[in-house]
Amino acid sequence: MTAASGDVEANDVEASDLEALARRGRQLVIDSVAHSGAGHIGGPLSAMDLLVALFFRVLRIRPEEPHWPERDRFILSKGHSAIGLYAVMALRGYFPVEELATFDAGDSRLQGHPDMTRLPGLDASTGSLGQGLAVGLGIALGARLRGLGFHTFVMLGDGETQEGMVWESVQVAAKYGLGHLTAIVDCNGLQQYGWPAAPGEEGRGDRRDPLAGTRLGAALEAFGWRVLEIDGHDSHAIVEACDDARASAASARPTAILAATVKGRGVSFTEGRFEWHSRVATADEAAAARAELDLVEDRRA
Amino acid sequence: MTTAMRDAWAQTLIDLAGDNPDLLVLDGDLGTSTRADRFAAAWPDRFLQMGIAEQNMVGVAAGLATLGYIPWLSSFAVFLTHRAVDPVRMLVAQTHANVKIGAAYTGLLTGFTGKTHQDVEDLAIMRAMPGMTVIAPGDATECAAAVRWATATQGPVYLRLARDAGPDLFDGSYVFEPGRVIPLRAGSDVLLVSTGPQTARCLEAAEMLATSGFSAGVLHVPCLKPVDAAAILAAARGVRLVVTVEEHTILGGVGGLVAEILTEHEPRQLVRIGIADTWGESASNAFLLDRHGLSATRVAERVARELAGVGSSAGAAS
Repeated sequence: MTAASGDVEANDVEASDLEALARRGRQLVIDSVAHSGAGHIGGPLSAMDLLVALFFRVLRIRPEEPHWPERDRFILSKGHSAIGLYAVMALRGYFPVEELATFDAGDSRLQGHPDMTRLPGLDASTGSLGQGLAVGLGIALGARLRGLGFHTFVMLGDGETQEGMVWESVQVAAKYGLGHLTAIVDCNGLQQYGWPAAPGEEGRGDRRDPLAGTRLGAALEAFGWRVLEIDGHDSHAIVEACDDARASAASARPTAILAATVKGRGVSFTEGRFEWHSRVATADEAAAARAELDLVEDRRA
Repeated sequence: MTTAMRDAWAQTLIDLAGDNPDLLVLDGDLGTSTRADRFAAAWPDRFLQMGIAEQNMVGVAAGLATLGYIPWLSSFAVFLTHRAVDPVRMLVAQTHANVKIGAAYTGLLTGFTGKTHQDVEDLAIMRAMPGMTVIAPGDATECAAAVRWATATQGPVYLRLARDAGPDLFDGSYVFEPGRVIPLRAGSDVLLVSTGPQTARCLEAAEMLATSGFSAGVLHVPCLKPVDAAAILAAARGVRLVVTVEEHTILGGVGGLVAEILTEHEPRQLVRIGIADTWGESASNAFLLDRHGLSATRVAERVARELAGVGSSAGAAS
């Protein structure tokens, strides 16, 4: 399907290797956040395999023509993972990798949360959680009215599903039978503060599992959605699930892909640790992370 | 014969839909009240029922706008400017989306609904949003003209619609121009600056003041943002007192607007008549207008009282 282009080749990253691209994306995330001194680490790393699979295998897009009317749409509803999206867009050729150094800086196109008025290739502005699915729903409705055949993908966080607006959209999307709308939930199992400790437990809880006690898949199915559950770090499974969602567009049921991921995935000291939700790596930590990601690459080379 | 703004809003959209294939109406399950049901009957394929889910409706409109559609939203103002204010801010104002907010049931006169459904803060909220055009028509003719202008103009628009029919201010030759303020009556003692259906009550109050020997001018501000500040300053010169009158809180609406302009350029005394930092209640229109000092009689009484307290020379501050 889609071949890698632009900066991917310039950086000599093997185009067919989604895992290598994801490691490169993770490096770019850690370096960009360290460089800007602000941003999020945990969410972008948990979503990286999903983003790479989407931009290099799933989405029908033209980086050189970001406003191509028939392109698939992608909305990062968990907008605080913006740097992850930017890293993948840079690798895909939307803009030079060097521009990532402007992340979060004044006048940059790469704002702390995605700003469609600044960066071509963004199909929505996001940042206030819970809103992206509604925009995707509107785009999917518009596609039907216009007779356009593209697919719309929206990525949410698991914690984000606590927002009530998500469930307005879940309900309305089902009422309109939008089989060409797909929600991907990055279920990384952590949120910033977390729930209180369960009765009988000490402390305030460990912030684990935004969905504890909630059967998200069952809830979505109850609203009329198709639900697929996958390993969100298995590139093959991600592509397969997205292809399945596209293939069932005529089913008149939107699809939700619940992707089990690990927050901070790919770097030993950020994996599964809530502290890295919005922490900045020190120079030493960034070097250590880079070395780890390089080592993995070398081992597989 | 007067027409209610909501009727004019729906009829104008019905009329425009033929020449504007991208015009859509999205309703938050209030179409029988907002009159969106009439549009649905005329253009069923261009009407999208979004259910009782206003935040999602705003997001859907923003998504549709990216494909070139011109979505008009139909709901009560409170649900658009309060419940859905976050998506309006982020997905419409911040992206300068071509979404038109048809906010029905504004101010106090919302048909015995009480304070829950009386939107008396909407102008302040919407005026604070960068890039938002804020329109409060004075009658059905101006409302229809504003609908035509908004539909033909790129960018977000907030349109404040009154529920009930009021006196006609304009004839069919009226053309809406954003920012324009409209002198409806000349006067040398006091200038009443108003917006929306309150302007008609100000004209009535000016008549009453005339019988008491006071010369009151009336300046209608149908568009709070953008606004012709120089024209407001010019109109305010030469009168002893400037008074703002609005069916809205005195914080941030026309009172706030005029206070900002005068204070910044030509500081002077200003009286703000409106909902005085309080809530409304369920009651008849007559009761509510009297209680909040907005009936023609109450406005005239207040203005006469205030004029007695200021000096005789223009611009004198007491």
